[in-house]
Amino acid sequence: MNKIEAKNVDFYYGNFHALKNISINIPQNEVVAFIGPSGCGKSTFLRLFNRMNDLIPGTRLTGEINIDGKNIYDKSVDVDLLRKNVGMVFQRPNPFPKSIFENVAYGLRVNGIKDKEFISHRVETALKGAALWEEVKNKLKESAYALSGGQQQRLCIARAMAVEPSVLLMDEPASALDPISTAKIEELICELSNQTTVIIVTHSMQQAARVSHKTAFFYLGEMIEFDSTKKIFTHPDKEATQNYITGRFG
Amino acid sequence: MKKWIDRIAARIFTVSGFTTSIVILLIIGFLFKEAVGLFSNPIVDKGYVLALHPDNPVKELSAYQIKELFDEEIDNWKEVGGNEQPVKVFRLEDLDNLYTEEELGAEYEHAGQKIAEQIQANPGMIAFVPEVLIEKEKGIHRIADRTIPMKDVLLGTEWFPTATPSPIFGILPLIGGTLWVSFFAILIALPFGMAVSIYLAEVASPNVRKYMKPIIELLNGIPSVVYGFFGLAVIVPFLQQTFHLPVGESGLAGSLVLAIMALPTIITVAEDALRSCPRSMREASLALGATQWQTIYKVVIPFSISGITSGVVLGIGRAVGETMAVLMVTGNAAVLPTSILEPLRTIPATIAAELGEAPAGGAHYQSLFLLGVILFFITLFINSCVEFVSARNKFKK
Repeated sequence: MNKIEAKNVDFYYGNFHALKNISINIPQNEVVAFIGPSGCGKSTFLRLFNRMNDLIPGTRLTGEINIDGKNIYDKSVDVDLLRKNVGMVFQRPNPFPKSIFENVAYGLRVNGIKDKEFISHRVETALKGAALWEEVKNKLKESAYALSGGQQQRLCIARAMAVEPSVLLMDEPASALDPISTAKIEELICELSNQTTVIIVTHSMQQAARVSHKTAFFYLGEMIEFDSTKKIFTHPDKEATQNYITGRFG
Repeated sequence: MKKWIDRIAARIFTVSGFTTSIVILLIIGFLFKEAVGLFSNPIVDKGYVLALHPDNPVKELSAYQIKELFDEEIDNWKEVGGNEQPVKVFRLEDLDNLYTEEELGAEYEHAGQKIAEQIQANPGMIAFVPEVLIEKEKGIHRIADRTIPMKDVLLGTEWFPTATPSPIFGILPLIGGTLWVSFFAILIALPFGMAVSIYLAEVASPNVRKYMKPIIELLNGIPSVVYGFFGLAVIVPFLQQTFHLPVGESGLAGSLVLAIMALPTIITVAEDALRSCPRSMREASLALGATQWQTIYKVVIPFSISGITSGVVLGIGRAVGETMAVLMVTGNAAVLPTSILEPLRTIPATIAAELGEAPAGGAHYQSLFLLGVILFFITLFINSCVEFVSARNKFKK
């Protein structure tokens, strides 16, 4: 069953036609990677799934994006509820100026959960899920800024996972991190796919190859090819894909 | 060649930096010196003395008692620890009414003797006369001279700097007036300032912001006398009518004018602080399903709290130090405020109003410097409070 279906999506920043007639079906509990050169629209496309582009004035969308069979751009959709269901991890770690515990608890609190035991249980689960628990369990009350960059990014993943989203969007989550932290995050992504659908935008083709089941190649606002990762990286159908993955351009 | 330019530049910066700092320190030192000088002044005007009948047991009088005696509020010596005896006040002018010019002598050379005669003839008399006149006279008893006690100044509740023979420098009503007016000004300005800055930073469309912000910043440039004029013309009559006051000039009028004046500062600084919150932080919050308001008060405000507080402090600083507008609308009655609807008087207004009429170097003059020093400490205290509060925000980077 398809978790996400995009149909004929066109997206504009003002007059700039950023995404051109994109249709894609993303199955449940798989990891899908979006690859492509800078400025090709992959991050823009990713941000459509939790309506993050709504925040940018002067944007326009045509077409349909369905999650669990419901068009998320329908007028009746509660955007806050949608974003609770579709979590997001950003390119740079962006913890709140709060304690480690409060960072993870934030999503629960803003969604109206008050039960203290429940919250601390969820926080612990989320931190364990993000492979951060052992490192921070004794300093939950300390500032999130006291953590290293890699730890901060895992904290952000824990923060996103604490509200148990069914889709997790990751916008180049490891691009600001060192190789060891990157490896940890990748490991995490593989585990996450047991419980959520993960869409990851990445510049690193090795990363896409390592973590994803399916890969989509974007170029100049178009989705050139979408197939199993194995096929994309071994014998893609399109020449542009071939050129990109072999490093001839991009 | 390049090396020389570098060296000269470094020299210039060092020299100018040092001189500026030293000049500022010297100014503060001068302020303190003048202010402390107040406490070495005698309580009676310099060069004058209070003389009593030799049988009068009163040895010491406070400035307040002296004032009451000469205002004839105290009419019996037992009230100040003496015998049952009515008080009779004698000033130098009275001499001319009692004696002819011949009797006093062309050069007033017999004046001292006549004063002594008068005092000896009236057991209840207190005479306020120049010291030189009665230097050599015997058989009179002079009130012990002492300097203005610090306690009477810092804890005194009456401000009569031009009273003779003994001025009273109780600064509490002025400190009270300043704090009272500033407190209410901030109470009024803070909610409105925060509301407008949040509106501008988070809600307003870019077009509205583009025009609103410069207009608000423009308000900062209006001279305070204009605000004072506005207060006098609009706020004062309005308050008088609304609260049925005998006079509209009141603490509240001052607070309102100050609030209006502090608003642009609070708004611009707080708005800048709110907008300095990175977009990634907002997005992170929204992406977790938080609403816009939850994002504002749980993430944006905590993140920019130090900027907001500095805006508020700048606003308070302006309120505490503001002179002209307050002078114009508060009614300038130096009494301890009991209600915000009464006239009161602030420290800066006092300095501005009285410095012109205070003889340079005199006690009154020095007392105004003391007020300046106290104002300095009030602002210093507020600033350190804020430093302390923002330093406690341990979750900042």
